[in-house]
Amino acid sequence: MSTEYFQKIAETNVWGAIAPELALGILALALLAMEVILPKVAHGLIPRLAILGQLIILGVMLTAGSSGLGYTGEAFGGMLSFSETGQLFRAFFLGTSIFVSYLGMVSLEKKTLPQVEYFHILLVITGALMLLAQANHFVMLFVALETATVGFYILVSYFRDKAVSLEAGLKYLIMGALSSSILLFGIVLLYGAGSNMALAGGSADPLNFGNLQNFLAANPSDMLGLLGMLLVISGIAFKIGVFPFQIWIPDVYQGAPIPTTALLAIASKGAGFAMLLNLTTVFSPLSEWLYPLLSVLAALTILFGNFAALTQRNVKRLIGLSGVSHAGFLLIGVIAAEKVDWATNAILFYLFAYLLASAAVFSVLAHLGKEDDSELTLDDLGDLAKRNGFLGLALAVGIGSLAGIPPLAGFIGKLLIFVAAFKAELYGLLGVAVIGVVVSIYYYFGIIKAAFFEVWRYQDEDEETPEEPVPGESLQLLGKLAILVAVVGTIVLGFYQSPLGSWLAG
Amino acid sequence: MNDFASLVQLSIAVPIIAAFLTLYVGKWGRPAVQIVSVTGFALPAIFALFLWGFYDPAIAGDYAFVSKMDTGLSIIGVSLHLGLNGIGLPLFVMASVVGLAAGLFAAQSKAENLPRYLFCLLIMQGGLMGVFASIDLFFFYFFHELALIPTFIMVGIWGGRDRNYAAMKMTIYLTLGAMLSLVGLIAIYVKSGADSFDLITLKAHLAEAPLAESVQDYAFGLLLFGFGILVSLWPLHTWAPLGYGAAPSSAAMLHAGVLKKFGLYGLIQVAVPLLPDGLKQWESWIVWLALGNILIIGLITMAQRDLKQMIGYSSVMHMGYAFLGIAAMSVLGVGGVVFMMVAHGLTVALLFMLSTMIHHRTQTFEMDEMGGLSKKAPVLSAFFVCAMMASIALPGPGLANFWAELSIFIAIYQFKSWLIYAAVAGIVISAIYGLRAIANVFFGEESEEFVESQKEFAVSDMTWAERVPALILIIVMFFIGFFPKTVTESLNDSLAKEAVYAQTEQ
Repeated sequence: MSTEYFQKIAETNVWGAIAPELALGILALALLAMEVILPKVAHGLIPRLAILGQLIILGVMLTAGSSGLGYTGEAFGGMLSFSETGQLFRAFFLGTSIFVSYLGMVSLEKKTLPQVEYFHILLVITGALMLLAQANHFVMLFVALETATVGFYILVSYFRDKAVSLEAGLKYLIMGALSSSILLFGIVLLYGAGSNMALAGGSADPLNFGNLQNFLAANPSDMLGLLGMLLVISGIAFKIGVFPFQIWIPDVYQGAPIPTTALLAIASKGAGFAMLLNLTTVFSPLSEWLYPLLSVLAALTILFGNFAALTQRNVKRLIGLSGVSHAGFLLIGVIAAEKVDWATNAILFYLFAYLLASAAVFSVLAHLGKEDDSELTLDDLGDLAKRNGFLGLALAVGIGSLAGIPPLAGFIGKLLIFVAAFKAELYGLLGVAVIGVVVSIYYYFGIIKAAFFEVWRYQDEDEETPEEPVPGESLQLLGKLAILVAVVGTIVLGFYQSPLGSWLAG
Repeated sequence: MNDFASLVQLSIAVPIIAAFLTLYVGKWGRPAVQIVSVTGFALPAIFALFLWGFYDPAIAGDYAFVSKMDTGLSIIGVSLHLGLNGIGLPLFVMASVVGLAAGLFAAQSKAENLPRYLFCLLIMQGGLMGVFASIDLFFFYFFHELALIPTFIMVGIWGGRDRNYAAMKMTIYLTLGAMLSLVGLIAIYVKSGADSFDLITLKAHLAEAPLAESVQDYAFGLLLFGFGILVSLWPLHTWAPLGYGAAPSSAAMLHAGVLKKFGLYGLIQVAVPLLPDGLKQWESWIVWLALGNILIIGLITMAQRDLKQMIGYSSVMHMGYAFLGIAAMSVLGVGGVVFMMVAHGLTVALLFMLSTMIHHRTQTFEMDEMGGLSKKAPVLSAFFVCAMMASIALPGPGLANFWAELSIFIAIYQFKSWLIYAAVAGIVISAIYGLRAIANVFFGEESEEFVESQKEFAVSDMTWAERVPALILIIVMFFIGFFPKTVTESLNDSLAKEAVYAQTEQ
């Protein structure tokens, strides 16, 4: 590397453009400092301050404009590239993080574990994911991804007094390391191929997305390039939970604490799609290989996710497997984006709808979860509507939106993906998607049935049944507000998308 | 003619607003809930009758009372475009009248958790009013789903025997039907190239450049089977008798009376005019399946011992005539179908309501265990005899169903003369089960079971609270029976404007 290279990097450093990530990092450190400084009685404040800080960052970011805080194009020597899509992914990750912080407050209150570290690591992961969505270079992509993944290892096994949580952590560690190494191997192959100066389009910095795309365009049948693409896509497929790389999902989702499960379900999936959307552009010269591959994966993912979820009674495993099928629907969007421009926006809409719906569902689960939330089954949802109507409503709206029932946001997301898929002439995938939706109704309906419909239970009249604690009794204003945002957002986005209309149009 | 457009909007909005108010006033006791909910049902009925009076086909153009609003999905050519034409108006009025009767009946019922029950029913009513007033195909579908979802919940929570199984089966069947028709609608949207879900725009566009025959073929197939499941086309009907048997009476009234007509309405208003070649391709399918409805289901109806199941099956059977009328593709046949949809909606709703009243008195739905009720409840028996006579289309002035079936039969005869024999066989079948039901329930000796149950439950005649909703239905039924012109004039006018129907007129 010549000095010119570093000079170029130094010249293109625009620190202002990554202010949100920097602010998150500072906030994360501040939380640790506060734990030392503040008296023990005030420690309960720290999670609230974390949420407040994130809300401020999100607010500033949203008011600052829709494209990279006023910066567009590449920066940091081509490491990052700012775009409107990237900005929306930033907001997506930050929004997820705020909900997860709230869930963390609810779940950790029932525990005697250290609390502040959880929020610290959460903020670091969020910052990393935000950078990941804007990565324009494989080095940046890998470093950001690993920062997030290492954080995930800790958060999955956070309940260190619980064997299931540790087991899940170990499984995630092994699977995560495997997927990271596959991804890295793919990146190395691409580096090897692209740095070959003897070939047209070879460059000294082949890991830059633009350079790599040029190289692949010049050598579309390069064997190393193809293999590299295959491995990189496989590595990402692990993160999204695409068939056949979904094996870790049920176990890890079940064992992880509920906030972490939510983070995995929403943010990890979102991150995968952020990467995938960027990389489909990079790999566009190889589209005759890429899109058939993705199509097969999408069909298998939808079918597997839905059929595997049919017999699940453990709620967290069920949500995990339903998430697998959602990944399949989103993949259809990615494939459609090849021919239909606004499909990218449809994916983002779907992700935001998924975020809101999942937030509602996981909030309810966090309140229902007892000491051990890994064994939460459908029976535990019994008569939820009677025990706490507010949580019942939140669950119904969340599940309804996940199932894609109008007039909820999830339906609009599915509709946009369907229209995009039809425009892109993906008839086969559309057929699979319809089967998937119909099958999914069965298990989503099972959740609703468990929570709302009365089930006959054996009851001895002489015997007093023990009073069951009312879930969510401790629901405070903040909690109600968080759930309300998710529920109202889901309903409103279902029939009135005007604020997003012009954005959707691209 | 757009002066009263806001009344159309209000007819949709009022029930939905009233639904939420009903939940809110729940704490003020039963009378408050009843007043709010009945207002929510009565206002749309008043508006609809008023609009009916003001509709003038001479100056209506294509649609009257038109309003248009952008909700943010302009990217896929969707806007909230409301209006009524001669086909939609009678159904719109019928929906409001049946809704009022169902609402009055529900408001004085002993349903547990009355505010939530009325909430579901009012949301359903809002959706129903929207279905027949939508010019935009997306909202046409959207309002249908809005009305459909509460049905599942009502069956599952307030249903009778087998409610869990029935709710699940209905949900899966109807979701499949809805998904198929959604894909069919998307197919029309994408393939037409009009870039709009607006029916008027689509019609104009397709009149210029009709779709290729192969496209019409599969799009019509999707719509036929999608709508067919929703209308209980044989052999996809199995959800209907089961669901109606389990559904609480008001939900069964609204679903069998009104919501089920969505599919037929969709075929008449959307599928056939937009895809005329598609209908010709599928013509023989429709004819044979419709014969299955009339003859096979007719025989099954005769074998029923359960009164509510019998009414459910008879409503499935009548859909066969509707499909035959549509296949005839003439103003006479299709006009007869629309007229029958109105008349059948009123009578089947009345029958479901009366059968519940019978159940209150005999504590059973088994017809073998009934008998001699007319001595104890002469008014009830008069209503029931009247409704059953209308339902089996006994010739006689004032029975609207007779006019409807008569014109369908003439159209069938012009279309394929041999079909008339099957249709006449159907008439005989329905006369047998109808008259036998009347005889079993009301006349003859009191059965042993009935005598037994009278010892515990004193049997009285219809109260005024029961008479009012029944009277509303019967008065409207007789009105259109004596003055069919009030419906057919504008209906013929709108149908004659559709080239498809007009050109086959003999």
